[in-house]
Amino acid sequence: MSLLPVVLAANAVDTFVQTFFRGAALGSLYALLALSFVLVFKASQTVNFAEGAMALAGTWFLSMVFVDWDIPGRWLGGPTWIHWCLAVVLAAGMTAVIGLVVERVAIRPLIGQPHFSMAMVTLGIEVVITIVAVDAVHLTPRVLAVPWGADTFKIGGAFVAWSYLAAMVMAGAAFLGTWRFFKTRAGVAMRATAFDQEAALAQGINVGRVFAIAWGLGAALAALSGIFASMAPWGPAGVVSRDGAFFVFRALPAVVLGGLDSVVGALVGGLIIGFAEVFAGQYLADHASLLGYGYQQVVPYVVMLIGLLIRPYGIFGTKEVRRV
Amino acid sequence: MRGRPNLYTSYEAETQLFPTTTKKVLLGVGLLVLVLMPFDLWVVDQIPVVRFLGDSIWLRLVNKMLIFIIGALGLHLLSGLAGQLSLGHSFFGGVGACTAVLVGGKASTNLWGWGMPMWVWLPAAGVVAALIGVAIAPTAVRVRGLYLGIVTLGLVFIGLHLSRVFPEIAGPGDLGRKWPRLELRFWKEEDPFLDFSRDGHWFWFDVSKHQKTYFFLLLLVILMAWWAVNLGRTRTGRALAAIRDRDIAAEIMGVPEFRYKTTAFALSSFYAGISGALFASFVGQVPPEQWSLRASVTFLAALLIGGMGRVSGVFMGSFFVVMSHRFVEEIVDWAQHQAEGEGLFSSVFDFFISRGSGDGGLISVAQTALGYPLPASALDEIIYGALIVIFLLFEPLGMYGIWIKVRNYWKGWPFSY
Repeated sequence: MSLLPVVLAANAVDTFVQTFFRGAALGSLYALLALSFVLVFKASQTVNFAEGAMALAGTWFLSMVFVDWDIPGRWLGGPTWIHWCLAVVLAAGMTAVIGLVVERVAIRPLIGQPHFSMAMVTLGIEVVITIVAVDAVHLTPRVLAVPWGADTFKIGGAFVAWSYLAAMVMAGAAFLGTWRFFKTRAGVAMRATAFDQEAALAQGINVGRVFAIAWGLGAALAALSGIFASMAPWGPAGVVSRDGAFFVFRALPAVVLGGLDSVVGALVGGLIIGFAEVFAGQYLADHASLLGYGYQQVVPYVVMLIGLLIRPYGIFGTKEVRRV
Repeated sequence: MRGRPNLYTSYEAETQLFPTTTKKVLLGVGLLVLVLMPFDLWVVDQIPVVRFLGDSIWLRLVNKMLIFIIGALGLHLLSGLAGQLSLGHSFFGGVGACTAVLVGGKASTNLWGWGMPMWVWLPAAGVVAALIGVAIAPTAVRVRGLYLGIVTLGLVFIGLHLSRVFPEIAGPGDLGRKWPRLELRFWKEEDPFLDFSRDGHWFWFDVSKHQKTYFFLLLLVILMAWWAVNLGRTRTGRALAAIRDRDIAAEIMGVPEFRYKTTAFALSSFYAGISGALFASFVGQVPPEQWSLRASVTFLAALLIGGMGRVSGVFMGSFFVVMSHRFVEEIVDWAQHQAEGEGLFSSVFDFFISRGSGDGGLISVAQTALGYPLPASALDEIIYGALIVIFLLFEPLGMYGIWIKVRNYWKGWPFSY
């Protein structure tokens, strides 16, 4: 991550405002990723370690659709940013198809097996997708052509990148959408499945479809966060790279801190981790020689370890009732 | 009992490691083959796979596999026996390697090292890794299942960061530093009395450095595997298995969960530390990125492909995981030669092999290729990832499960059961 660790602003207030926005934006990204982990976990009780590969695939699809093929732009007039947003939706949809295939082929046969096996299967899939994405398709020179690029605007004396705002809006929309979704029929079915798979099945809920919805949504959200993680202030200036896949592993602390099965936890955990990482990067920079270069990337894990010592199931996670 | 292999008349008979005469004989023959393998003997060269494993190019890989087996045995104790998912196994390997280089390495202006002999740094690597395992256990024991997987995943990243904080130990940046050689000295004298990293002369044989290392590692692997198997039959092993099967039930029956989970972490880290130290000093110079998530996943993959919870599975899985790269390369190489030839079959191979731009094949044999025709190394990675998935879907017991099925088929032959 070519993430400038230190903000250089004129005065302390501007520094704080700027850092705050950076923290909120990074937190939104983590929350977005955490949401996708949580959705998959709620349905199938497993952590999807292939999320990074899916994020990578999503960015690659966007680059292919928008930059190479110029898909919506060929038929549509109007401003470019609308094309770009449509291409993002399309890329997320294509990634959702990957999620559906993975779920149908590799996850559903494992229902009833130990959760361990499912997690390992997703690790295997991660290897396959990443290698295909990195080796089989040229990744390095690909660009995303983000309409707002690295542009910034000013609040008082503080510079705020448009990407920060976009990430926050995106995360807000995703959480609002999830909240609305849980009120619909399919959403209630998913909550019931998360509560008790067998009981849901006995009530006539199509558990297989719930799985499919969760994995499709999870993959689409992974693609979205992958695209945002490759944008100017976070990624190497809008170029698709393998860092997108590693970014996901830095979001895992957010999921665990909030609780693996809590949507609210995903939001809170993501924001806590995001703020912790950015503020530590900003205000502990004087001690960098002691803490080591790039120490802010380890902050999420340290926060997670402390959080888990206090609450082993995360802040909002359901405490598992264990029966003999 | 002759002719009744499943009839046991005492507990001792049932818990024997090698209960039948057949198994004892096979063990003896197997050990003999393993000892004779690196030599160019006529008898050994008739056995299918062993025939080429003894060649010096392959022997290097075999040595790597033996080192890998030690680490995989450690993960077997933690995940296979005690049922704790750990993605941080490579972290402990890194701890072992760094301890080894701190204790045994040579000091210079910006590197630390105390220059001790191997009989100090090798056990130290294991012990320090085990101590760190014990230190981490209080956190790890509190969380269960996938939470534990993610916590241990965090260890890997924290470890990578620590290697950047202490370049005096881990070596600068991407390069790493020189690890102490595999050689036995009494103390810090000039000439080692047993040097595994140089060609030499034993009795009236010339032995290459790989052959020497092979024997040293073989001895070590046999000892450690023996220890791991035996551990499964002791009070500790039974307690760990009880915790794996149902932790609350185990606790109610009087198995102290915290103590035994800590023991499992300590033991597994000990193995990982030894393995990491050996690997680093075998390769000679290792960057800290070696101890990444990928390495942890490789250990888990070996366990899963071989068969979870079985020491024999660890051997089979490690053989597969370490050797598959080379086998895929060999096959691609062979297919390329076939494709270059004349005849009906060569066009079949030509369909799969791409020999330059414009040649529509799946696998590229050009070294620099990064793009649609997959390089052979990428093909190997894909096969490896796909096999994890396939084994978990179709044969959860791994290669060990396949072996059991084959054995049972012939046991009941010509009847189906």
